[in-house]
Amino acid sequence: MYDIKALYEAESVPHAIQLLLEHPEAQIIAGGSDVLVQIREGKRAGKELVSIYGLDELRGVTLEEDGTLRIGSLTSFSHITRDPLIQRYINVLGQAVDQVGGPQIRNIGTIGGNTCNGVTSADSASTLFAWDAVIELTGPDGVRRVPIEAFYIKAGQVDLRPGELQTGILIPKAAYEGYQGHYIKYAMRNAMDIATTGCSVNVRLSADRQTMEDVRIAYGVAGPIPMRARTAEGAAKGQPTTRQAVRSFARTVLEDVNPRDSWRAAKDFRQHLAVTLAERALTESILLAGGVIHE
Amino acid sequence: MSKQYKLVRCTINGKQVEKMIDVRASLTDMLRDDYRLTSIKKGCEVGECGACNVLVNGECFNSCIYLAVWADGKEILTLEGLAGPNGEISDIQQAFIDEAAVQCGFCTPGFIMSATEILASGREYSDDEIRKQMSGHLCRCTGYENIFRAVKKTMLRRLGKNAEADAV
Repeated sequence: MYDIKALYEAESVPHAIQLLLEHPEAQIIAGGSDVLVQIREGKRAGKELVSIYGLDELRGVTLEEDGTLRIGSLTSFSHITRDPLIQRYINVLGQAVDQVGGPQIRNIGTIGGNTCNGVTSADSASTLFAWDAVIELTGPDGVRRVPIEAFYIKAGQVDLRPGELQTGILIPKAAYEGYQGHYIKYAMRNAMDIATTGCSVNVRLSADRQTMEDVRIAYGVAGPIPMRARTAEGAAKGQPTTRQAVRSFARTVLEDVNPRDSWRAAKDFRQHLAVTLAERALTESILLAGGVIHE
Repeated sequence: MSKQYKLVRCTINGKQVEKMIDVRASLTDMLRDDYRLTSIKKGCEVGECGACNVLVNGECFNSCIYLAVWADGKEILTLEGLAGPNGEISDIQQAFIDEAAVQCGFCTPGFIMSATEILASGREYSDDEIRKQMSGHLCRCTGYENIFRAVKKTMLRRLGKNAEADAV
């Protein structure tokens, strides 16, 4: 038995909003692989819960009329990985969430929960940052759309206002069209581990595939929340696809990242990882985009 | 607050059932305490060890971090559901015995249910894919190699590749 004060099950999005307004102290529970574990640990014990797990309308991936890729917030990691639209337009997201926990966790864990808990190590977050994802929030005043970088406020805290729940994650067409990306999770073991550092890169090459027209890079566990490395991005834009340009880009990330010492890894090691993963992930992205690395 | 209950209707191992369930119960609690299905083990109870793994609508879930009320309307398969009409064990269970993939047995039902999801797909998986699909379980008797062989052999036999299975 879980130490739960009361459980309210939402039957629709408006009902969920109503329940959240009626019970302002309540915690939203989606798949529960964070919330239930925290209850077991005592951290969230004795609280009221509003369960949105039953809201099937928040599951699945669709393509909107303007080409925006829409991921329902309750879509499980395993369903994202298997989804044909994800595989076609942003395969790296499916690969990234296929590295979360283990198979059972990927069946219960939702992408909405992964982003709403506000942790820096979330395997989906760095890729969503790197692809300019937009978070859709539905609340008493209607729908609000927030760029994911603005959604994260600080470690463990996101811009989720009273009565609001996250209903979707949107990838605009301009953000994915012509881009190819790669995610690398560095952890101590292959399964059931949290990223020591995660790095997601994507690139758009010029028509002749010799120049990096645009490069985007984001990290998990390089700071208190997931983050973009904008200085490095700026340094890579317009550069030829040479080994030297890729290395120079990778070294520049040190101007952006701000990892800390923790029991998982030392700051020095995480800085080393940030550079190494940037080089490898950009190299792979260029190859995926049909380019070559000139030595 | 007074105790809160909800009527949970679901199919467990092919049988339609319903009971009033305490909303604080995990699916592990419901299956063990209300339905006496003790193949579901309480290991870590935080979704790390896989000893409580069951299939819900054909997908593996750690029932310890799955609220029992969410099972309403779902089809649940536990190890008990693998038995034939006269209590015969299934091919994957027999393979665990043949390969000595069982030592203390605590992790076994969870492993077998993950194997059941893999085998139900009818696909042939590479060794790495099998290892990845089985990676949500801990075996403290360190029997992983034997478990891997049991799953791989059963997969190959179901695909009619008996000679390959014998060579594993």
